[in-house]
Amino acid sequence: MNEAVLIIGMTVITFTIRFVMFAFAGKMTFPNWLALALKFVPPAVLTAIIVPSVVMPQGYTDLSIDNSYLIAAIFAVTVAIYSKSLLKTIGLGMMLFLILRYLAM
Amino acid sequence: MLNVQQKREFVDGSKAALPLIVGAIPFAILFGTLAPTSGLSALATIMMSVLVFAGSAQFIVLALIAAQAPIEMILLTTFVVNLRHLLYATALVEHVKHLPLHWRAILAFGLTDESFANMSQRYMQQDKSNAHYFYLGSICCFYCTWVSFTILGVTLGSLIPDMSNWGLEFAMSVTFIGMVVPYMNSKAMISAIIAAGISSLTFAHLPNKLGLIISALIGVAVGLTVTKFKNKQLSYE
Repeated sequence: MNEAVLIIGMTVITFTIRFVMFAFAGKMTFPNWLALALKFVPPAVLTAIIVPSVVMPQGYTDLSIDNSYLIAAIFAVTVAIYSKSLLKTIGLGMMLFLILRYLAM
Repeated sequence: MLNVQQKREFVDGSKAALPLIVGAIPFAILFGTLAPTSGLSALATIMMSVLVFAGSAQFIVLALIAAQAPIEMILLTTFVVNLRHLLYATALVEHVKHLPLHWRAILAFGLTDESFANMSQRYMQQDKSNAHYFYLGSICCFYCTWVSFTILGVTLGSLIPDMSNWGLEFAMSVTFIGMVVPYMNSKAMISAIIAAGISSLTFAHLPNKLGLIISALIGVAVGLTVTKFKNKQLSYE
């Protein structure tokens, strides 16, 4: 992986998205359906990353109770729903994960 | 030089950013610590915070680098994930369109979820003549914090050996979980999330992490369909 190309590419892409509306100073609009669609993008992308990484941590589907990734992830979802706190979700989720890993050793 | 009012706006903007900054510090440290274990060099990690300055995209890219996705896929994902900034820019453009181009460029560079939250509040007030200094203050404060705590994270990561064996990749999954759950507040959003999740398992074995983009698109399509369907039902009532 060429890191310079990666960083420059990400910089150009991110800045262009942020700048294009400001550059044209309001002479450009985009359709409503696109505005609506954009709201679904971050949760959809994040979910599509999370689910395989916890359901198939070893590269194959593992729905067993020995899958510490899956158990800790389900626990983290519960914590997130009830605590509504990002830091508690990360802290408690990570704690359970490390405990399960330790017990499995 | 800045006049008194401009200075005050700058300071007020920096202050407005503080609560959001406190929330972002752990993520900057986490990013700096995780990046090298995902295979990114220390310099590239810091440069990503300096030049790209987009928290969630930076984390997602780490996950893709760790999964050895090709660079085209990483850039495509960056594009898709950051598209939401178009929405922010559309909402703010009315208030910045009178500014000279270099001002607009700087404000655009610093347009993050956090600065958008700050500015949508600031622009609700009556006097907006110097509000761009408020915007600049918010950006500067947030930017300096993001970069310096990324460097701190990289330093911590290099001091503690064998961190890659700690299961830190799970820290990323759990961070993303904490970011997704607050979105689950409507039928459309929940349907989109479930659809993206199921698709991601179905397409997990496609080459080049292509499954990620396909699943995200399916999620978005399902979300849009459910919204459309709900609106139709409402109009019948």
